Amino acid sequence: MLESLLFLIMGSITIACALCVVFQKNPIYSAIFLIQTMVSLAVLYVLLHAQFIAAIQVMIYAGAIMVLFIFVIMLLNLSKADEEGERDNLFFQKPSAIILGFILVVMIGTVTLKTVFQGVKGEYTPETISQIGNTQLVGKMLFTKYVFPFEIASILLFAAIIGAIILAKKRIIED
Amino acid sequence: MIPLTWYLILSGILFSIGAVGVLIRRNAIVIFMCIELMLNAVNLAFITFSRQLNSMDGQIFVFFIMTVAAAEAAVGLAIIIAIYRNKATVNVDDINLMKW
Repeated sequence: MLESLLFLIMGSITIACALCVVFQKNPIYSAIFLIQTMVSLAVLYVLLHAQFIAAIQVMIYAGAIMVLFIFVIMLLNLSKADEEGERDNLFFQKPSAIILGFILVVMIGTVTLKTVFQGVKGEYTPETISQIGNTQLVGKMLFTKYVFPFEIASILLFAAIIGAIILAKKRIIED
Repeated sequence: MIPLTWYLILSGILFSIGAVGVLIRRNAIVIFMCIELMLNAVNLAFITFSRQLNSMDGQIFVFFIMTVAAAEAAVGLAIIIAIYRNKATVNVDDINLMKW
């Protein structure tokens, strides 16, 4: 009972903040509402017994990635540039996009409600997870079954660091 | 215990809001944030199925999605900075060099 109440509260906060992300004029407000969306999603992850993911959701998404976004917004000083930028060149774009989004929601909803979800149940019930520890299980999986993707992820991050530096630095040969 | 379809429907709503945001906004950074919103919706669906099937694999996938999202955010924002430096705008209507 308390759980479903918490779900309803956090779910409505998530949806409201997600709508604010899309419909706010100022990009910095969008970014702050996106942080709130991510934090309330972290609460939902805790409700789903994924504590480790909830923690890294707050740390990586709400912490690192969104700080990067806000940093770039402030670096480019976008709040002024945005106001004249959001003029409507295509008058039918907004209404048709909203109608299409509504159709997408209805489609996903019907498919979800009609489908009977089946599948082979694994061994990690919430009781087992709370006994061993969620973080410990994630770590064990990362270094046994998923060790190769884990190594690839490190190479990907390395490539991303180099790519970001190369792209964002000033050209020396420019003038 | 909450029925897991609720989570999936919430995930679907979040994904659709993100998709609508990509379609209606013209600021490249806000479009980027909407893509992050869609990635988060997918993460929620992954965790829901992981909980339903009593398996840890979904959570590991979310871990990798977060890694890719971090890399994507870093490179994408660097591209936006480079575009801003060249054209002094992040409005996607003005960035139309590849339009024929």
